Amino acid sequence: MSGPRRDGDPGSVRFTFDGKPLLARHGDTLAAALLANGIGLVARSFKYHRPRGIMAAGVEEPNALVTVGAGGRSEPNTRATDLYIYDGMVARSQNRWPNLSFDVGSILGLAAKALPAGFYYKTFFGSAKRWMFYEWFIRRAAGLGDAPTEADPDRFAQRAAFCDVLVVGAGPAGLAAALAAVEAGDRVLLVEQDSLLAPSLIRDPQDLDPAWAQATAARIGALGGRILLRTTAIGYWDDNLVTLSQRLVEPGEQPPGGPAQRLWHVRAKRVVLATGALERPLAFAHNDRPGVMLSQAVRTYVRRFGVVPGQRVVIATNNDDAYLTAAALRDAGAHIVAVLDTRSAPTGATSGFTVHNGAIPLATKGARHHLREVSARIDGKVLRWQADLLAMSGGFTPVVHLHMQAGGAKLDWDEASQSFLPGAAQQNVTSVGAAASADPVGPTPAPENPAKSFIDFQNDVSLGDVDIAWAEGYRSVEHLKRYTTLGMATDQGKTSNMAALGRLAEKQGVAIPEAGLTTFRPPYTPVTMGLLAGRTERDAGAHLRRLALYDVHQEKTPIWQPLGYWKRPRAYPQSTETLAEAALREARTVRTVVGMTDVSTLAKFEVSGPDAAALLELICATTVGKLAVGRGRYTFMLREDGLVFDDGTVWRLGEDRYLLTSSTGGADRMATHISYVRQFLCPQFKVSAVNVQEHYAGIAVAGPQAKAVLSALIGDDAPRHMSIMKAMIAGVPVQVLAASYSGERAFEIYVEASKAEPVWSACEAAVSARDGCRYGMEAMEFLRIEKGHLVVGGEIDGRLTPHELALDKMLNKAGGYIGAAGLTRPALNSPRRKQLVGLEALAGTIPEGAMLVSLQGQSAEGHVTASGLRVLDGGSIALGQLNGGFARHGEEVLATSPTRGQSARVRVVAPHFYDTAGERYRD
Amino acid sequence: MLLITCPHCGARAQAEFTYERTVDSIVQPGADPAQAMEQLFARTNPRGPDEEVWRHTFGCRAWLVMTRHRVTHAIEAIRAVGPETLP
Repeated sequence: MSGPRRDGDPGSVRFTFDGKPLLARHGDTLAAALLANGIGLVARSFKYHRPRGIMAAGVEEPNALVTVGAGGRSEPNTRATDLYIYDGMVARSQNRWPNLSFDVGSILGLAAKALPAGFYYKTFFGSAKRWMFYEWFIRRAAGLGDAPTEADPDRFAQRAAFCDVLVVGAGPAGLAAALAAVEAGDRVLLVEQDSLLAPSLIRDPQDLDPAWAQATAARIGALGGRILLRTTAIGYWDDNLVTLSQRLVEPGEQPPGGPAQRLWHVRAKRVVLATGALERPLAFAHNDRPGVMLSQAVRTYVRRFGVVPGQRVVIATNNDDAYLTAAALRDAGAHIVAVLDTRSAPTGATSGFTVHNGAIPLATKGARHHLREVSARIDGKVLRWQADLLAMSGGFTPVVHLHMQAGGAKLDWDEASQSFLPGAAQQNVTSVGAAASADPVGPTPAPENPAKSFIDFQNDVSLGDVDIAWAEGYRSVEHLKRYTTLGMATDQGKTSNMAALGRLAEKQGVAIPEAGLTTFRPPYTPVTMGLLAGRTERDAGAHLRRLALYDVHQEKTPIWQPLGYWKRPRAYPQSTETLAEAALREARTVRTVVGMTDVSTLAKFEVSGPDAAALLELICATTVGKLAVGRGRYTFMLREDGLVFDDGTVWRLGEDRYLLTSSTGGADRMATHISYVRQFLCPQFKVSAVNVQEHYAGIAVAGPQAKAVLSALIGDDAPRHMSIMKAMIAGVPVQVLAASYSGERAFEIYVEASKAEPVWSACEAAVSARDGCRYGMEAMEFLRIEKGHLVVGGEIDGRLTPHELALDKMLNKAGGYIGAAGLTRPALNSPRRKQLVGLEALAGTIPEGAMLVSLQGQSAEGHVTASGLRVLDGGSIALGQLNGGFARHGEEVLATSPTRGQSARVRVVAPHFYDTAGERYRD
Repeated sequence: MLLITCPHCGARAQAEFTYERTVDSIVQPGADPAQAMEQLFARTNPRGPDEEVWRHTFGCRAWLVMTRHRVTHAIEAIRAVGPETLP
């Protein structure tokens, strides 16, 4: 195929295709530029590596997929027909080796019988080895472009908008609708996926002068309407929300400074769909050869881009529209050797072309990836024509995708045009223009060689494959789609679905509407992942909450550890210490002298009012009301199903005032839970529950010397274990809670966050004076594991009952707490369920996250929830959950982590390794 | 994405709200255990309107009861729940 410019001007925009430098004109699509350079072969097909050219001129293009751009900006599977040329564009063909014109994979085409419909499915059956063998082969043979391996350097923006009327498509119908709305005083947004307004008028100026579009757009703008080009409505959601993808630069192009693309959420009172129609191909043997194009696309290349894709042209059609293409080609100097019209005479008789009525297109032949010959059966005889271009038209399919995505919408079958038209809709949506009606078509003759008559060009599905699926028992259209892959991949069957439906209906012996229709899902055209991610990429996905004492920690350059939305110091290494060395030094300092750490992130709630105790006794599974003023206790919370989901402490600050603490990671969940109980279950309660998590900073001081440190700081006796008192430190009012997580005598000092720094400094001076140090979360883990204290997300994973966590003795005997009913479920009382255990290694180190298997058997019977060591004596220990673990103390099991490649023989023991009597923190 | 009319804040995008549960799954404190488990685990999923609990999490944080059609998604009624709504 050769395609010289009509006026001989090659343009001045430089681009490359497969490394070859070429010229294009401004406004060209890559497809137009390739045709203008005489390049007809642009791709290899997905499965059989068949040579493919450019078939369409719009977003429906199934064949001409290229990779454009370089590095992290490269975009695979971009349609050459929906990609506007820019200076320096680098485009590459895909799925070929070693190159496009000589491709080893195309040998597969000769062996196409080995890869028919359902081939993938069939490889799943039989032995797994069989699939492994085929997978290696399939993954290399079949495919599209490669995803970039580097990060995308571009930014992607998002915007929300509201309007009275959203018009999708700026063709004549869309422009007219937008003008009418804006003249009626509506706020109007008009979007068009093309780079031009009303490109169809350039293709068909006989309908309306293209200048009309410019004048109409100017009037819409003057009346306050807004028009966005290169903007595609990709999804239609509930309550008239339409998502738009706006390209601010072309794929692979470097943005001049702003974002590359913008995702719009548009909430419209009314939506007008002027989305036009897509032309259908005809099915005949080797209809996928480069040089076989859709008729309207050919006309677009001639009139809009000034490119004539062929000189000797055969037209194959079942409708009138293709005659316009014949005329456009003739005007451009091409020779129309024949018009094959499937309809009987006298259609086309007065067109001036050589028209063969009742024609059945048979096949094409080619040489070196160019079309050479077209054959057809006419009146029983086979006729052949030498041709370098075949323009085909099988009628038009209105673009009803958005209409169907709107939800609750229906389609009406139109027999004359053999297409589905938009029907009744639940949302306020109207379709207009070619999206709402289609011209009648004649018969679409069945091809004589269905196996080579392609309908889904992108997935290499022929009519023969539909027949195979039918023969193998696939009756529903959804099964047909999954078995043959028809209608999948980047074009989502825009040109193929109607032909497949027609064949299926014929097999079933029913009308097309009864054969069913697959679901139209967003996005209408493919979008990049970056567009959907927007600004939430990398660290911006979740906001970071900053500790009040962040600067104080940073002075000692700790290793930071993410925890929920927070980052907390994990350890404070000195000189060349590793994390483990630093954590062990810190933990030993706590065990032998004193240490201090930041516990500000704990969830904290102040609950007050006459019904404060009643509210807390619903939320907490322990008693609360019996606490004396100034005292506190450990507590835990159940879900309604009876399983423990969080734990903490509760303190009685006054007659009707309590402080509840719970886990950092569960803080938001606990806030919602308290709110639910307060607002929904017990609105009659006279109580307020205030989230004070970030109001207070918390400093824990722990160790044998902690009491002495506290007394020095507050100038008074330190509070007794599980007591609370008010005090002043460094002239700042604080609350001091005596509670121990580490197993040593310990205190938590709560201070208004903005005043935390002087309190921290005073504590640190007192701690340092006794040779104490700061400790981080890693040391805290060592300490609490050895002590057998639980952590939410570890031992408390939302799957165990209080009994299984050995907390049942603390349950409120009076019941009444949330989860009490759930605990009555018989299944929760099975002794074979997982139970909390301690584990000590007989040799080696217990791997973090290991599963527990018996020495005899292989099935997993539990897992390690936290692995630590004896802080002073050494030796690997861990906490875990083990089936029936309470009754298995003394048993040996294997803790094994296949992912880490580590194992250790362990003995099951009680989950307390240190000071089991609790003598170290009591007075 | 639904457009939800919060009784306090007006029409807002669904992204501001979180779905919590169905009204018929709410276990009242002190409920009979057997009935409570029935409510929690033997759930209905009516093809039609259903009462749901939502929360205006990224707005006024009110708890809401919404009558929403399970097929058409149409919101037929919406009301706030909480101490301030008591008679």
